[in-house]
Amino acid sequence: MESTPEGQVVYQRPASLADVPSHYCPGCTHGIAHRLIAEVLDEMEVRERAIGVAPVGCSVFIYNYFDCDFVEAAHGRAPAMATGIKRLLPDRVVFAYQGDGDLASIGMAEIMHAAGRGENITVIFINNAIYGMTGGQLAPTTLPGQKTTSSPTGRDVEVMGFPLRMSEILSTLDGAGYIVRRSLHDPKNIRMAKKAIRLAFEAQVRGLGFSMVELLSTCPTNWGIDPLEALRWLEEHMIPVYPIQDFKVAPTIAGLRI
Amino acid sequence: MPRELLKGNNAMAEAAIRAGVEAYFGYPITPQTELLEHFSQRMPELGRVFLQAESEVAAINMVYGAACTGARVMSSSSSPGVSLMMEGLSYIAGTELPVVLIDVVRGGPGLGNIAPSQGDYNQIVHGGGHGDYHPIVLAPASVQEAIDLTVLAFDLADRYRTIVVVLADGNIGQMMEPAELPPMLPLRQEYPEWAVRGALGRERRVLTSIYIDPKDEEVVNFRLMKVWNQIQANEVRYREYYLDDAEFIVVGYGTAGRVALSAVREARDQGIRAGLFRPVSLSPYPYAQLEALAERAQAFLVTEMNSGQMLDDVLKAVKGRVPVEFYGRMGGMVPFPNEILAEIQRIAAAPLTIKADPRLDWMERFAGFIEAAGSKN
Repeated sequence: MESTPEGQVVYQRPASLADVPSHYCPGCTHGIAHRLIAEVLDEMEVRERAIGVAPVGCSVFIYNYFDCDFVEAAHGRAPAMATGIKRLLPDRVVFAYQGDGDLASIGMAEIMHAAGRGENITVIFINNAIYGMTGGQLAPTTLPGQKTTSSPTGRDVEVMGFPLRMSEILSTLDGAGYIVRRSLHDPKNIRMAKKAIRLAFEAQVRGLGFSMVELLSTCPTNWGIDPLEALRWLEEHMIPVYPIQDFKVAPTIAGLRI
Repeated sequence: MPRELLKGNNAMAEAAIRAGVEAYFGYPITPQTELLEHFSQRMPELGRVFLQAESEVAAINMVYGAACTGARVMSSSSSPGVSLMMEGLSYIAGTELPVVLIDVVRGGPGLGNIAPSQGDYNQIVHGGGHGDYHPIVLAPASVQEAIDLTVLAFDLADRYRTIVVVLADGNIGQMMEPAELPPMLPLRQEYPEWAVRGALGRERRVLTSIYIDPKDEEVVNFRLMKVWNQIQANEVRYREYYLDDAEFIVVGYGTAGRVALSAVREARDQGIRAGLFRPVSLSPYPYAQLEALAERAQAFLVTEMNSGQMLDDVLKAVKGRVPVEFYGRMGGMVPFPNEILAEIQRIAAAPLTIKADPRLDWMERFAGFIEAAGSKN
């Protein structure tokens, strides 16, 4: 690049991200996740081949924020819908974006079988330990003792069971090619998340099977704390239950330098 | 094409393949499993998509995604499986996508049994998924008609961007009879302007069924209703048998209509002026044709393999002009021609009154029969 240090662009809106304001609450990490995906689509030059599948939940309107083709799934069914698209259009880059209620509760069958089939799709899984859009109810990923509007005295594991660790579960399946967990609570982890998203899409275009990046995220509104405090809460309470880790990395991806 | 001895389920599957279906997603359930099996062999050898899903819920949502690409896509199932598909069907309707579904109906409610039934009439014709929408519903009475209506289903789905259900019963799916398959059509080369296939060299497209502002959703509902009005005006289908001078008109569809035809012929041999009106499109329903028949008929006999679900549509068409009687078998039972013949004879012999609910008299007449059958349990 011929630009001088003064004229060099160091930060701009990715072309894959639409130039519109989002509806997300202040401090919510959905915006970071969206931007990381858009940067990856730009870097891999696949925007015009990409088809996104939107979930039901806070990110139901994700299709407004991306400058690529999108469809909107029923609650939990994004992996099935993505399967239908990918099977007909195997050379397109198909990705689903799902929250924890969508993926780990109502959509458990669809995510398990998409992974089990080694479906060549990429899933970005937002785990914020709560139902956001309906106003803060118990999620399958809610921590033991965590208060929500439907567990007002805290998640009692005797009654409500234990949180589900989806990355660990899905990584046991032979069809999974790339399964990792990352977090969006600080710049270092955001950079790691970006790289993981890139590798997940690289796994798809290489036909290595199902790929998923779980992103630990905050929900200041429904957690009832301010955005900074939410970032600290994620680090202190969520990471001990949901460790930042690579659970399954296909050898081709492990050897990839990007 | 030569006539071949074909089983209904295989014939419908092969007809769909020849109509250019590019992807099939399904789940095993009796009595439609031969559809799934036929596709599992034929689709891969033709380089098309076959996938056995983890459930009917997943199957219809795979169909939903596949339909977004503008390809001809379908699924098939039987009653309990179709219940599971209702969520996806509503989304497909709300997104205005062409999809074909074959429902090979079995006895119910609940797990019921695997015998032929017409118990899904209300679920498919009048109900189904949530929200305002109307699918086209076609009911075959033979293997040949099942083939022809399956091909037609794809054309209608494309023309109106709508769901078309081929509502067969277990008899149609399971029986074998000679029939002629259509020629193999080439696959679609150009996809509709709404299809989501990647934004290569064009503006992005979004397919969705969410319209968060009620004003926008109402616009969609109104558009769906305008399409439905076109469908009602153009796509009513039915068959008439011996109706020119008929005094007593039997109304039945699918297998019940076919059994009734045997009874009507026997009644004619006995000098009773009976005829058969067989709706082929259950949605849109041939109300106007039935209303016209009510001007000259002495009485109607509605016969179904359910408790009188279509009966309400006949009553709506006849508008109390002449008596309407009902004879049904339920729970996977299929009427014999002599049962319907006995009903025709009864109607022809006795003075009839116009009743608000013909089911009540039918149940009274039928009670002894049921008790005798039930006493064996």
